[in-house]
Amino acid sequence: MVATSPNDAFVAFEHVQKSYDGVSLVVKDLNLSIGKGEFLTMLGPSGSGKTTCLMMLAGFETATHGRIMLDGTNINEVPPHKRGIGMVFQNYALFPHMTVGENLSFPLEVRGMSKSDREAKVKRALDMVQMYSFINRRPAQLSGGQQQRIALARALVFDPSLVLMDEPLGALDKQLREHMQFEIKHLHESLGITVVYVTHDQGEALTMSDRVAVFNDGRIQQLATPSDLYERPDNSFVAQFIGENNKLPGTIEELNGDKALVRLATGELIDATAVNIKEKGQQTLVSIRPERVEFKPEMMPAGAHTIDAEVIEVIYMGDILRAVLRVAGSNDFVMKMRNTLSQTRLTAGQKIKVGWHPQDARALDPM
Amino acid sequence: MVDVTSSAPDLLRTADGRPLKAALAAAQRKAKWRAFFLVLPLLAFVVLTFIVPILKMLERSVNHDGFSSNAPAMVAWFNANPATADIPEEAYAALVTDLKQMQKDKTAGAAGTRINYTVPGTISVFKSAARAAEKMTPPYKDALIASNKMWADPLVWVAMRNASSAYTSDFYMVSADLKRDAADNLVRVEDNQRIYVYLFAKTFVLSIVITVACLLLAFPIAHLLAVLPMAKSNLLMILVLLPFWTSLLVRTSSWIAILQEQGIINDLMVWIGAYGEDGRIRMIYNQTGTIIVMPHILLPFMVLPLYSVMRVIPPSYARAARSLGATSWTTFRRIYLPQTLPGIAAGSLLVFILAVGYYITPALVGGADGQLISNLISFHMNKANWSMAAALAAILLAAVLILYWLYDRLIGIDRLKLG
Ligand SMILES: Nc1ncnc2c1ncn2[C@@H]1O[C@H](COP(=O)(O)OP(=O)(O)OP(=O)(O)O)[C@@H](O)[C@H]1O
Ligand SMILES: [Mg+2]
Repeated sequence: MVATSPNDAFVAFEHVQKSYDGVSLVVKDLNLSIGKGEFLTMLGPSGSGKTTCLMMLAGFETATHGRIMLDGTNINEVPPHKRGIGMVFQNYALFPHMTVGENLSFPLEVRGMSKSDREAKVKRALDMVQMYSFINRRPAQLSGGQQQRIALARALVFDPSLVLMDEPLGALDKQLREHMQFEIKHLHESLGITVVYVTHDQGEALTMSDRVAVFNDGRIQQLATPSDLYERPDNSFVAQFIGENNKLPGTIEELNGDKALVRLATGELIDATAVNIKEKGQQTLVSIRPERVEFKPEMMPAGAHTIDAEVIEVIYMGDILRAVLRVAGSNDFVMKMRNTLSQTRLTAGQKIKVGWHPQDARALDPM
Repeated sequence: MVDVTSSAPDLLRTADGRPLKAALAAAQRKAKWRAFFLVLPLLAFVVLTFIVPILKMLERSVNHDGFSSNAPAMVAWFNANPATADIPEEAYAALVTDLKQMQKDKTAGAAGTRINYTVPGTISVFKSAARAAEKMTPPYKDALIASNKMWADPLVWVAMRNASSAYTSDFYMVSADLKRDAADNLVRVEDNQRIYVYLFAKTFVLSIVITVACLLLAFPIAHLLAVLPMAKSNLLMILVLLPFWTSLLVRTSSWIAILQEQGIINDLMVWIGAYGEDGRIRMIYNQTGTIIVMPHILLPFMVLPLYSVMRVIPPSYARAARSLGATSWTTFRRIYLPQTLPGIAAGSLLVFILAVGYYITPALVGGADGQLISNLISFHMNKANWSMAAALAAILLAAVLILYWLYDRLIGIDRLKLG
């Protein structure tokens, strides 16, 4: 499913650059291959160039430099209506003067399809999103979630093999969003389409995607599966952007393969896995997920280094307990504990020792 | 639980037992009064300067007492006797009595004017008869007919009978190019006297042409205004509004400089050899002048409503249509154009209504055949033919109201966007 070389890629960006104003680059040397049937998510902070990439793929913006390939052919010069790419917009963009049925029938009409074929396809697409009974309504008479489904059905009704979605769930509330995530994922699997999905909700990216491309400042910072992205971030931007993260600055004391010993600014030694560290003595930022921090010695690997911590506060969050600790001079070190019957209840002011598995502490180059 | 929803709603009561509706009305009454007092000055202003004059005008269009108040004997006789083809001596006697009084009061002109609307040429007949009335001796019938044959004309008697009441539909009749025959039936006036219906028709046709021209010119401008980046669209907006800030006379005279026979365009065409000195085209002081200049004057009224509608159409609709496989032309026709309809309708309505009632530009550049109905209204006003002007204006007002009604039926007045 995942394209390994650009040659068998269904969609490929090759050295794509984009500038709107001729002064600054919004997309800087983008290389990205997407396999057929893949669900790829572009994730990144606002203004990082995600929509721009999607618009270039859809044909609404031209690449300033580089090639965009679709199914082996260069589509740089192909106008948008000939690309056959389905698209779901953030504000749905359902035509307000047409009914739901007319909205869905539109792409089929412009393709010159006969009336009976159109009706059959519209019905099938609406059934797919369980909205057939709304066929005669106008978009303004639908709720946000219903409009979302219609937009989805409209993007799929003409059987495109590639569908682009630009923050399609951004306007929905949390429950509906989670429900629609599931439905989109389900449609993706049952139809075998390729999806390029844009979001800045990392939870959405992690739950839905085959692979996630993390964008920042016009570049892909990391392109990986959700678990790799979460557990093995390549650099400190990704580590901070995906999930919650503790950062401890220090210098490399010892380097043995990817095993590193880091001396923190306050003098303590900790274990870490070197990710993009080249030599001893280098400055580093060690990142540890809050849920991988332990305070019970029996949970830590033998011989692990521990450091002193003082509990500042414990926040009850239902499924978890979240402790804010003072560690190595910083007051925002977070530890998450499962809220079980046998869980030790920490209290503010308590002195403990924390440690972790060396694999969970990743020594990254400071940005 | 008591089933409240299925019982009559007037059973709903507040906690202290008062009916809910009464409680609500009481609570809102104070706010209503306050709102009323706030708009009172404006209301008074509108009533005084707009509604009262319009009602006055409507009243004038059906009321003219020039004859009825100055010929009491005639009024009495008409009231006492039914219409006959043969007018008896006693009627002529009443007429002479009235004419004598008119001569004393110097009101023969006023009475003649009223009859003159429906039977042209009667003012002078009334005036001379009033001068001669003192010396007339019975039988008055022969004496009057001897002084002027018109006194035997049944049309004059039909006209006087109709004028014996101050309230009349005669002015609307004249506006529709109709007149009464000797038997008091409505018939069309002679071909060479039909001016009003023709002018109404021409006004409407020219207004449609002007509206269409405005629409064709304004649509691309409004679209540009809506899609250009802020700085450029502001500049363009200033260019569109510039005519608003320039005196109407200045704008119209600049057109005269451009269009007249010795003007810029003709000079240019002669210079490049499109036609010779003798082929200079008349583009002003005729209907062409009206058609060229009016759209320029009215263009902003089309641009602004269009712009206000286009500005809020998100570009994502067009993008969605394109991504669904529509060519740019199909996208325009099926997606963009229908969404601009409220703007098109509002702009067209506005421009059409303004054009139908426009006066100054046709007067300046329209020449003889570029005049519209308002120019004729102004003509009657200058001649103090208030009732005639009022009737024509009332017809214009009715036409405009019908247009509003049609607009409301077809588009909905609540969708009217004027900028
Ligand atoms: N039409 C445009 N003209 C000029 N600059 C633009 C245009 N569209 C986007 N940009 C700029 O390009 C950069 C990237 O924008 P883009 O819309 O791709 O961001 P994004 O990643 O989609 O952000 P978001 O998550 O907020 O949607 C931004 O700095 C933006 O200001
Ligand atoms: Mg975006």
